[in-house]
Amino acid sequence: MLKYLSRRLLFAIPTLIVISFVLFALLDLAPNDPTGNLPITIPEEVRQEIRESLGLDQPFFVRYFKWMEQFFVNEPLNFIEQAFGIEIGDSSSRLRVRSWATRSPVVDLIIERLPQTLWVVGLSYVVGILIALPIGVISAYKQYSWFDQIGTFVSMVGFSVPTFFTGLVAIVIFSVSLSWLPSIYDTTHQVNDLSSFWFQVKQMAMPVLVLAFYNAAQLSRFMRASVLENLNQDYVRTAQAKGLRDRAILVGHILRNSMIPVVTMIALGIPTIFSGAIITEQIFRVNGLGQLLIVGIQGADIPLVQTLTFLFAVLIVVFNLVADVVYGILDPRIRYS
Amino acid sequence: MAFAGRNEQALHSAREHPSPWMIVWVALRSHKGALVGAGVFSFIVLAVFVGPLIYTVDPQFLDVSIRNQAPSFAHPFGTDNLGRDMLAQVLAGGRIALAVGFTAMVLSLVVGTAVGVLAGYFKRLDGPLMRITDLFLALPLLPLLLVIIMLFRDTLRSAFGPEMGIFFLIVIVIGITSWMQTARIVRGETLAIKEREFVRAATSVGTSGIKIVFRHILPNILSPVMVSATLGIANAIITESTLSFLGLGFPPDFPTWGRLLFDGANFLTITPVRVLWPGLAISLTVLSVNYIGDALRDAIDPRVRNE
Amino acid sequence: MSLAMLRLAPLVFVLVATGCGGPQTDDSDAQVDADETDNSEQLNTHLNILYWQAPSTLNPYLSGGTKDIEAASLVVEPLAHYDENSNMVPVLVTEIPSVENGGVSEDLTSITWNLKQDVVWSDGTPFTARDVVFSWEYCANEEAGCNSANNFEDVEQVTAVDDFTVRIDFAVPKPHPYGPFVGSIVPVIQYEQFKDCLGLRAQECTDQNFGPIGTGPFKVDEFRANDVVSYSANELFREEGKPFFQTVTLKGGGDAPSAARAVLETGEFDYAWNLQVEPEILEDMTKAGHGRVVSGFGAQVERILVNLTNDDPALGLEKRSLFLDGTNPHPFLSEFAVRRALSLAINRDILDETGYGTAGVPTCNVLPAPEPYVSDSNNECLTQDIEEANRILDEAGWVLGNDDVRTKNGMRLSILYQTSTNSVRQGNQALVKQMWQQIGVETELRNIDGAVFFGSDAGSPDTFQKFYADVQMYTNSFIGTDPSNYMLGWQCSEIPGPDNQWVGQNIPRTCSEEYDALVNELTDTLDSDERARIIREMNDMIVQNYWVIPLIHRSNLSAVAHSLKGVRMNGWDSELWNIADWHR
Repeated sequence: MLKYLSRRLLFAIPTLIVISFVLFALLDLAPNDPTGNLPITIPEEVRQEIRESLGLDQPFFVRYFKWMEQFFVNEPLNFIEQAFGIEIGDSSSRLRVRSWATRSPVVDLIIERLPQTLWVVGLSYVVGILIALPIGVISAYKQYSWFDQIGTFVSMVGFSVPTFFTGLVAIVIFSVSLSWLPSIYDTTHQVNDLSSFWFQVKQMAMPVLVLAFYNAAQLSRFMRASVLENLNQDYVRTAQAKGLRDRAILVGHILRNSMIPVVTMIALGIPTIFSGAIITEQIFRVNGLGQLLIVGIQGADIPLVQTLTFLFAVLIVVFNLVADVVYGILDPRIRYS
Repeated sequence: MAFAGRNEQALHSAREHPSPWMIVWVALRSHKGALVGAGVFSFIVLAVFVGPLIYTVDPQFLDVSIRNQAPSFAHPFGTDNLGRDMLAQVLAGGRIALAVGFTAMVLSLVVGTAVGVLAGYFKRLDGPLMRITDLFLALPLLPLLLVIIMLFRDTLRSAFGPEMGIFFLIVIVIGITSWMQTARIVRGETLAIKEREFVRAATSVGTSGIKIVFRHILPNILSPVMVSATLGIANAIITESTLSFLGLGFPPDFPTWGRLLFDGANFLTITPVRVLWPGLAISLTVLSVNYIGDALRDAIDPRVRNE
Repeated sequence: MSLAMLRLAPLVFVLVATGCGGPQTDDSDAQVDADETDNSEQLNTHLNILYWQAPSTLNPYLSGGTKDIEAASLVVEPLAHYDENSNMVPVLVTEIPSVENGGVSEDLTSITWNLKQDVVWSDGTPFTARDVVFSWEYCANEEAGCNSANNFEDVEQVTAVDDFTVRIDFAVPKPHPYGPFVGSIVPVIQYEQFKDCLGLRAQECTDQNFGPIGTGPFKVDEFRANDVVSYSANELFREEGKPFFQTVTLKGGGDAPSAARAVLETGEFDYAWNLQVEPEILEDMTKAGHGRVVSGFGAQVERILVNLTNDDPALGLEKRSLFLDGTNPHPFLSEFAVRRALSLAINRDILDETGYGTAGVPTCNVLPAPEPYVSDSNNECLTQDIEEANRILDEAGWVLGNDDVRTKNGMRLSILYQTSTNSVRQGNQALVKQMWQQIGVETELRNIDGAVFFGSDAGSPDTFQKFYADVQMYTNSFIGTDPSNYMLGWQCSEIPGPDNQWVGQNIPRTCSEEYDALVNELTDTLDSDERARIIREMNDMIVQNYWVIPLIHRSNLSAVAHSLKGVRMNGWDSELWNIADWHR
């Protein structure tokens, strides 16, 4: 296992370099432009100057390697300096990865955004899992019962109605008609007592639930399918033949085996927390990483989008590895060598 | 045998006629949800493809004097903010939505299953294929689309005309950006099944790899694939709506369900029915496909059949 | 609990734990006033503004759009503002210089501004001529990438005559010498704060760009890029008792309809900016009784531009939509009759009613404001006349075919019509398509993402400059209140093409000797009445030749809570230009 792990980790490095190159090339090729959102009255000569000041006039490879250096050398060094309060070399002249739209270091922007994204999107993921697993298991165990029928219906509706719609309906009901919940998320809000905590709960309620509903819908389908699959396996019959009660078989054997693919799914989904939920963040103005990414894409902010998507790629690679390892642990039949 | 023998009765009659289609049919017939699902689905397909021949109102005809109307005899689903007939739009939108949904789903399923099985079964391919999967997972959809559209729109437009050109573009884009999850799941399942006794037995008697994949692996991974398929349709329909919104989808005068839902959302409090119909259409399609998928899985599941 | 579940548990805990890391960083980096949410009871304490595009910087010279400029306009100020009637009002100066009061030299080559002497920056240091001179040095530096550089066109030198007098010298006579430092896009920034940020270094001054020190009514407490700005009142603001509000939050993000909802329906916010939303939605929201919609007209005109060059994709990169000295005319749009018929067939009232409501007025001028430049000789297009349009096409030899599309010499009247993505524009596109259908014109619609369409990426085929379509629709206007530069945009030399890197404002690719003669006349004329006459004539020539088909004179539209008083909606400057006067 250790050998497998180290080999995979080693293999991850060239993978990530290739990914970073493909991403950079893709963003460079994309036809949007950092001056695209300027008032149309601003003439083309001025736009050209702006592009030059951002370094867009330099050749593709120069810009790519500059980004590589800034991201892999300068940013980690800067992080170490910040963390330990020391100075390594000439830190004031070291270039950091800067977003074009804000002219500020991308990493700082990301750190500023992390709290709300982890809170809202992360929590909705957890809530989604907590809803989905029991529903999936019960739906499968009592297949075609009324519980299963309703569960299927609700989760299918949940999956087929996009969040831009459920979010809007939630706002119209809870903010406009009932005035219970705020429709706009306040990212500067601080939790320091009970009432401010209550406000935080209230402002998180809608985005978290809307997103959790969507996540749960998908996951519960997979859970149900996976349990159903196992219900028909030979070992279930063996267990029955041994005289074990159905409940014991369900909990002791079926659940364990049917969790295998579901755990993989859950692990694979974790990077998506960090990429944020673009639409939900937009609707409730949570302004987390998803919103940062979409603003960056719309404004052709290449350093920002490149850094964000690359970090996202790192997470994907890491969690794929985690998923494989978890899979290997849970399922003794799989052997990595 | 509380778990295993669900469809035994139904299959009893099929055993004398071992044609696979017969088995499927019997499974469907015995499956109440599937029957309803098949009924609803046939109705939707019929409505969408034959409906416009009967209900001949032009979905693109604008009449601003009758905009934002509630359902009436003349306009059973009401009208939108430019006075277009909603029923005609939902019917027209369904054709594109269903076509996009199914084609993109099939594409993503084929790619995903192929990559997953190959990676899971052939150890040499596992590393490279999974790294490619990582790459695709990391690709941001929007810039990718911008690039693809920039590169291929005009070529496809001149080759197939504006609608078909953009249709291929959208189907391909949705297909190639949504197969990764299926691939991951299929690979996992394949890895597990590969180590099962019956596969080992087949290998030991010298059955070729391809034969094992088709005879033993594929039938055993159908269950997650089916789920992926049903979710894939919904995913494709919704993704298409987001693309239209971003100006990357079909031309603005081609309604699709996703787009109707998106455009109607802001009119929620003025003409609520405007979002009801496309929303309902998407949900019913996904739901009915899901039930049919359930029944199909039961029908093809080898553990049930081999009894 | 099964083993599998137990093994899953740590994973979930990891998740929760990372989630909990959030608020700690939140606490450490923010020093916002804690009572922000509690005191909504009291009047005039806190103001909530919503911009659905979030500001990404507070340095207006490095901004990426109007949102940044307006968010900064609470803090940094220009020497003079434009008011809602396009008149200049002094801000940091004692009066507006003119030839009459001697502030502008007789030969129109220099302008002298007298600064107010009692103004201090929000850090307490005095505001002097040095700051004004520096602001010019900062923006005029070519490496800085300053987006207002054009306002300093022809500026030779900016000199501090004394501490409170600034003279700007121009290389050529300037009939309208108010480009520099009038309007929120050209404010004065503090020399002390920005002195190390000249040229390329402008990019690295994050603290300065995110928290400029200003003379305005508010100062920045906290800025989160692309998210939210917190301001508090500047105690040193020059006007006694102003601003009325103690704190302001400017929140960004989301979309226009939901921004309108937050003011009009839920009452959570006091002001929401730029609401291009279908009028009936706004009307419906207004019924909730929390607020009203206000509009401010500038000179923006939504127009259809006609491509006078051949855009056939088969022509390839060397010819498609290129002027090539007039050798590549459009197969049918180069025909006057066709263009006129297209304009006549449009019912502008319907476009206005369905897409703009109070935010628009149908117009037949490419220049609908300010007053002296408005021509009154173009009202034909205000009434749709399908019959006349059909007659014109019949006369020109375009015959209606079996498929209801007109043809002539095997050529079909088939038009590709592109615009940027936006629900109002797509609605208008569909309506125009149907109107043109009635005169036998077939239309294919296309919409393109705004960041691409307006992006002027030289490699992209979908920019408005490339114009790879037959007609396209968007809004344009000009900076400030002087349209001269804008009117120069239709001369032959302004035609975009690969030889000038697609730089050029002449998007329809018009080229007429008469128009170029008017351009020369305008350049040689200094008398303002005479200039206005020439400009009106240019406007007439553009619209009467149907190079441009004007549709709607548009306004900026914002939502204001009923409790908020003092808002003077402005189409010529930042909407927040008089925020010091806002109160409850």
